[in-house]
Amino acid sequence: MSRIARRFATLRQQGRGALIPYVEACDPDFDTSLAILRGMPGAGADLIEVGVPFSDPSADGPTIQKAALRGLKGGSTMKRVLEMVAAFRAGDNETPIILMGYTNPIEAYGPERFCVDAKAAGVDGLIVVDMPPEEADLLAGPAAAAGLDIIRLVAPTTPDDRLPVVFNGASGFVYYVSITGVTGTRTASTDELAHALPRLRRATDLPIAIGFGIRTPDLAANAVRAADAAVVASALLNTLEGTLDADGKATARTVPAVLEQLRGLADAVHAVSKAVTK
Amino acid sequence: MSATDIQAGANSLRSGPDGRGRFGIFGGRFVAETLMPLLLELDGAYKAAQADPEFRRELDYYLKDYVGRPSPLWFARRMTEQLGGAKIYMKREELNHTGSHKLNNVMGQILLARRMGRTRIVAETGAGQHGVATATVCALFGMKCAIYMGATDVERQKPNVFRMRLLGAEVVPVTAGAGTLKDAMNEAMRDWVTNVHDTYFLVGTVAGPHPYPQMVRDFQSIIGVETKKQIMAAEGRLPDVIVAAIGGGSNAMGIFHPFLDDPEVRLIGVEAAGCGLDSGRTAASIERGRPGVLHGNRTYLLQDADGQITEAHSISAGLDYPGVGPEHSWLSDIGRAEYVGATDQEALDAFQLCTRTEGIIPALESAHAIAYAAKIAPGMDRDKIIVINISGRGDKDIFTVAEHLGVKL
Repeated sequence: MSRIARRFATLRQQGRGALIPYVEACDPDFDTSLAILRGMPGAGADLIEVGVPFSDPSADGPTIQKAALRGLKGGSTMKRVLEMVAAFRAGDNETPIILMGYTNPIEAYGPERFCVDAKAAGVDGLIVVDMPPEEADLLAGPAAAAGLDIIRLVAPTTPDDRLPVVFNGASGFVYYVSITGVTGTRTASTDELAHALPRLRRATDLPIAIGFGIRTPDLAANAVRAADAAVVASALLNTLEGTLDADGKATARTVPAVLEQLRGLADAVHAVSKAVTK
Repeated sequence: MSATDIQAGANSLRSGPDGRGRFGIFGGRFVAETLMPLLLELDGAYKAAQADPEFRRELDYYLKDYVGRPSPLWFARRMTEQLGGAKIYMKREELNHTGSHKLNNVMGQILLARRMGRTRIVAETGAGQHGVATATVCALFGMKCAIYMGATDVERQKPNVFRMRLLGAEVVPVTAGAGTLKDAMNEAMRDWVTNVHDTYFLVGTVAGPHPYPQMVRDFQSIIGVETKKQIMAAEGRLPDVIVAAIGGGSNAMGIFHPFLDDPEVRLIGVEAAGCGLDSGRTAASIERGRPGVLHGNRTYLLQDADGQITEAHSISAGLDYPGVGPEHSWLSDIGRAEYVGATDQEALDAFQLCTRTEGIIPALESAHAIAYAAKIAPGMDRDKIIVINISGRGDKDIFTVAEHLGVKL
């Protein structure tokens, strides 16, 4: 059983939802992002998404765009991202790590070598934003061979008859992009989620995480009432950005501010009690 | 869409893309899931339109009476004499309404958007030619229009920005990245993903996710279809060489495509070499790039070893893009078309050559094609024929040219 499956199984037994925070690699430098990553499980993260900076994040809003640029400026390359995960893994063998990014840096690294190296570094799953099922064969074989989960995105625009296409080959969990739009902007209403989730549940047994526009503890709690996990990215990156000095460098407040906000989000998520399932 | 496509058989080079939107390894649909159902819908709507004679009839009506087609094929007598070699013909796309080949594609797509019930158009633009063409048809059909344009390009293409605003479009300057076409494309995609319910993304070149490269090529193929007829009427044979400038590559794809199965016709795409192919300041994606994935398709891209896209450079805002249409990448790999570079300086020289010998002020984009034609013509026999695609007129560029010539306007 993969770390991701194991973690969701444990949460289900405990009747809890999951909080999945996001950290952009090398934002604003390697050591700061590694310190945040290392602090996340202690602050309540159940799984962690690590963003792989890309020059042209066309599905992301301004907050993640800026974080990606800071990460690139901070020396991020795919090799450095994997080194960061390996450094985290040396001290935590349980918390699942999911890399989130775009196709081109993976293609440039070489998909097969990437999957082997990512697994060796301690990565558990991949979310590739611009790789729909129609293009998934680029990674499907190498990821399966390496034992990496491919987390599929599903959107409000995905019609019912397409859900089997999207979920074919999905593993780990399913990421529901809860709005039509880019990251860090609008938030889905409770009604929208109430309509969407049963539709997805009918089509998959995988755990469902909700992302996009979740910026407060209340919104995160709402999300795990409807689904199995809440992803929070832009809200944490905004906090990080607010602690940087005039030159964009990290300050003494950077790591604690992000982790403190994370703790508040995690407390709200973990206060939601869900039906216990085996 | 053109009659030639329907006749293209399995062994034809004109039968692509395949069902996945691929030309060899290039092309595809690398987009977020939110957009994927829209691309499938678009593909279906486009196929239905292709099969509907009424769509063709409507498009032909607007192309003739609004765009002003067919465009002439002009024998450039003085330029031919001055260069002293092959006969030079010019396909006069700059005579289209709005001053470039862009309206051919825009007219096709706006009719499709109307059939699909969309009420708002979003588009990216570099030099502003595609933006102006898009704003024009939105005015014509009374549709809302948002044009994303890099802030750098807004600055160097002021006349076109004003034109778009006069036409009623909202021009949104994009400050991300270097503020050029690549960044405008990202921002247009973000708008589209946010406003999927009523918005149609009107892509201006033969790039982006399938079916855009195919659809834009089909709409632009009218350039090559007309050229074929016109050169047969004028010379009784096909040309030896066709030369066209390449940014994303829509004018080149439009004139090349009907000739792909005529191996005796050399097809030459001229990329913007900027300060020189090896200067590091270039927009020559095929000659200096590697295959990668950006803006929904796999194609040749200017990128670093880590797969980060690098900034392009060209004097011409319309060529200032680090990628190229996937069909060009494929034509380059299989050797059917040749891809070469012309520098900023060569384009400026050709701009003046064309203006002085033919009384035609070409767009700086088109001047890259003229520059390469002027390089090879003197070495060819006088009975050989070169066709240059004059993709746009240069009125928009006079400020840039004046600056480079040290003239203050």
